[in-house]
Amino acid sequence: MRPPSFSYQRLSSVAEAVQMLSSTDNAKVLAGGHSLIPALNQRLSQPGTIIDIGRLNELNGVSVTGSSKLMIGALTPHAVVAASNNVRRYCSALATACGQVGDPQVRNWGTLGGNLAHADPASDPPTVVLAAGGKLHTMGPNGERMIDAADFFQGLFTTALQPDEILTAVEIPIVADRKSAYAKLAHPASRYAVVGVAVFLNTENGSCTNASVAVGGATAKPTRSAAAEQALVGTALEDAALDAAAAALTNEIQGDAVGDIYAPSEYRAAMAGAMLKKAVRAAMV
Amino acid sequence: MKVTVTVNGKRYERDIDPRMLLVHFLREELGLTGTNIGCDTSQCGACTVHLDGKSLKSCTCLAAQADGREVTTIEGLAQGDQLHPMQQAFWEKHGLQCGYCTPGMIMATTAFLKTNPHPTEEEIRHALEGNMCRCTGYQNIVAAVKTASERM
Repeated sequence: MRPPSFSYQRLSSVAEAVQMLSSTDNAKVLAGGHSLIPALNQRLSQPGTIIDIGRLNELNGVSVTGSSKLMIGALTPHAVVAASNNVRRYCSALATACGQVGDPQVRNWGTLGGNLAHADPASDPPTVVLAAGGKLHTMGPNGERMIDAADFFQGLFTTALQPDEILTAVEIPIVADRKSAYAKLAHPASRYAVVGVAVFLNTENGSCTNASVAVGGATAKPTRSAAAEQALVGTALEDAALDAAAAALTNEIQGDAVGDIYAPSEYRAAMAGAMLKKAVRAAMV
Repeated sequence: MKVTVTVNGKRYERDIDPRMLLVHFLREELGLTGTNIGCDTSQCGACTVHLDGKSLKSCTCLAAQADGREVTTIEGLAQGDQLHPMQQAFWEKHGLQCGYCTPGMIMATTAFLKTNPHPTEEEIRHALEGNMCRCTGYQNIVAAVKTASERM
């Protein structure tokens, strides 16, 4: 397969890239290319111009700002996110999720920002960024914006990113003593998430004081589950509490779950509960 | 557009269509047909090469993205008649049957050993998740990687 014809521009700053993007019709941003190039090959995307931002080093890397924010540049490859000591320490669910994207070759070159901007419902990182209360930093012709993950993911391959905006970084709040985990039921061939669940938990004297739960794969966009969160808070996260939270999650997403020949919607909703229990247990180890 | 890519230590300058994939650049522009095209969809790993030392599926990269960078293909591993230890181990352990996936397997595993020089069998199997073989059942491939890791 070969991509359709396009013109190609490689730019050397975010400002230049934004300028080019806003003054060009039917342009697409290329980061690592691991979502865009397969889409080009299959003619799912046919841009007139490709704007390659892949070498903007200013967008690559993980840092901790003050003691309250983990900042991950949009061009940071999955393998680097997965191996980052800061990500493992402050948001281990994200390290787990990025370590399960695709395969080693994909993780070497695919980027976190590209993955989030693509918003594939079966992808792993969006679910974690949503549960973590992440914020997406963007740059456009009118300057910077910061978008809550809850507002960013809007539906199947659809985000709040405007056509003339570039995703520049992902901000994850650092919450003291917060534990997290991501558990996934992977499709046996593609390894995409049939269901993926991310949990972020705080406990005090053995009792859960705060819980954030998001599910992906089973739904058209990553989705928070208030019912599962309520079922966890105030419990000792004992088996009965996990059973109740799993049932609450299954029940809450039942109506929105997507299905296909491999995994019908009822199955995905049921497995979301199972993955929730697995994630909570992994977080509390 | 003009690109300059260093492949197996040699600099090549070519005028290409921006839509050209790296795998087509290697095979059609440079005549390096050791890199195979399998699935065309970033899954099978037959087209794996190294880009700046890291493994990459060359069907999922524009040649333009490799401009100014270094590529190593299966043709770049042996030193004259001296096979790379991974190639030698695949031969000795019979880590192939039809051989179609082999260049990709060898490029993926040589990159992997740079990050994990002494892997366990489980780690080898995990590292091969991006490379498919429809003949061997992987047993002899894993044995070959283990053997190579002991010699390198």
